[in-house]
Amino acid sequence: MNQLLDISWLGLWKNNPAMVQLLGLCPLLAVSSTVINGLGLGIATTLVLLGSNVTVSLVRQWIPKEIRIPVFVMIIAAFVTTVQLLMNAYTYDLYLALGIFIPLIVTNCAIIGRAEAFASKNALLPSALDGLMMGVGFSLVLVAIGAIRELLGQGTLLVGAENLFGPAAAGMTIQLLEFDQEFLIALLPPGAFLVMGFLIALKNIVDNAAAERQKRHQPAPTIERVRVSGNAE
Amino acid sequence: MNLLSSPFTRQSLKTHELMRMVILCCIPGIAIQWYFFGWGNLIQIMLAVSACWVTEAVILIMRARPVFRITRDSSALLTGVLLGIALPPFLPWWMTVIAAVFAIGVVKHLYGGLGNNLFNPAMAGYVLLLISFPVAMTSWQPVVAQAQHQMGLWDSLNLVFTGFSSDGYSIQQARMTLDGITAATPLDTIKTDLRQGLTLDESQQNPVFGVFAGAGWEWVNLAFLLGGLYLIYRRVISWAIPGGMLLSLFVISGISFAFQPDGAASPMMHLFSGATMLGAFFIATDPVSACTTVKGRWIFGALIGAMVYAIRTWGGYPDAVAFSVLLANMSVMLIDYYCKPRTYGHKERQ
Repeated sequence: MNQLLDISWLGLWKNNPAMVQLLGLCPLLAVSSTVINGLGLGIATTLVLLGSNVTVSLVRQWIPKEIRIPVFVMIIAAFVTTVQLLMNAYTYDLYLALGIFIPLIVTNCAIIGRAEAFASKNALLPSALDGLMMGVGFSLVLVAIGAIRELLGQGTLLVGAENLFGPAAAGMTIQLLEFDQEFLIALLPPGAFLVMGFLIALKNIVDNAAAERQKRHQPAPTIERVRVSGNAE
Repeated sequence: MNLLSSPFTRQSLKTHELMRMVILCCIPGIAIQWYFFGWGNLIQIMLAVSACWVTEAVILIMRARPVFRITRDSSALLTGVLLGIALPPFLPWWMTVIAAVFAIGVVKHLYGGLGNNLFNPAMAGYVLLLISFPVAMTSWQPVVAQAQHQMGLWDSLNLVFTGFSSDGYSIQQARMTLDGITAATPLDTIKTDLRQGLTLDESQQNPVFGVFAGAGWEWVNLAFLLGGLYLIYRRVISWAIPGGMLLSLFVISGISFAFQPDGAASPMMHLFSGATMLGAFFIATDPVSACTTVKGRWIFGALIGAMVYAIRTWGGYPDAVAFSVLLANMSVMLIDYYCKPRTYGHKERQ
């Protein structure tokens, strides 16, 4: 049980694929212009990660070491194709909005990284949990960056919710700020880099504060003097 | 016998003296800009300077550094002045504040403060605005003599802070010329006209052109040239960077002008339009973000000149100094690496 908690904590925070490993930055920065785009790609990536981790973990005994990378890539590609076809069928507008970045999930190093580093060495249950948590951690960062960029850029949240949740969700869009002019840089790739940098800085601040607090709560080590010369009297 | 004894050290300028000297040498240019374009830029300079200074103080407090000792070096002041000169006169006040906060807070202090920034803070702030608000950032006023509505100090203040002058004219109306059309800058005019297939002669019938470059702009550039030459004379800046930049811009635009005298802007146009002189003497020479070796400075300047020509001719924006300076800032480490002078007693690198 403890191991499973550890795996979840690693994926969500301590070894977050986006903020600590800095993997998969290309889709992360390219599609995180709105919350819904970020969430859509996050869900797709999570599904692929879960599927590939489970499959790799199941077949790990039979994959020759020399050709494991091509095998992993083919497994991942199969799942990406499935997800792409599903999105094409059920969320067509989102499929159009994300465009090339859905097939490009194949090249997301976070996924092949988990297959290589974790799933190929661990049993089914931990691997599945690892894939799920890494995916959720990645999605959380995507949604956070998407929210900040959308809010700064156009003053809204959840624009295009109907693309993901169906026509009933069209009213979910919230207009929080009204601008005469859009703050374009937030919507353009440089804004994604800036927001990403600030998020990582924020994470480091939180981590440092936690480490500091832990240090303060530990009792100060007692100093024992060791006599090195002379006689004790 | 009038012999001096050793050591023959020379008093070198301190940081704050250097910064103040640069600011003083901007004054002729600012005065001419005021004469031709009205009060707008003075307001922008005041705004940018205050915002830069406040940001600097706040961040120094956050970083637990000595606020008064560091703000005395006037570097934030200089960033504000350069930013204020470069921004369009009637830009809304909050955009200026965004640029100033970004320049000092992100570009300067996140990299470690004065002496550690990779990029020129003023130009990075400018480019942030240029990318974010392209329409507002390319809305320059016509020279005062050609403007339909004269904007005094009070009108200008109202325009910057509320978007409307006291008579109710908007920023776009303030850009009307006597002919009743919205003014474009000389560089913009040339670019649009040449793309539409007009010849240079036809384009230069436009009243935005003056004696040898843009009306008003040529004198602003001359004033910055004078200020810059004085800086070189006082050895505040080295002449390699402005020399390299102006030379490469002159040579490249000269070659293209010689080949197609009717289809390209003249070298004089390039040298005395837009922000060329301001960029060459005051912006590219930033001692922190520019090259430090002599050979490197020539290459750095030449690189900026070439990019200014390329972006002005083929790029999407009418002027290019800010982008060129930032792009050249990125290559500074590489240039300096290959231009390290040979140390005495060591062999040349193979």
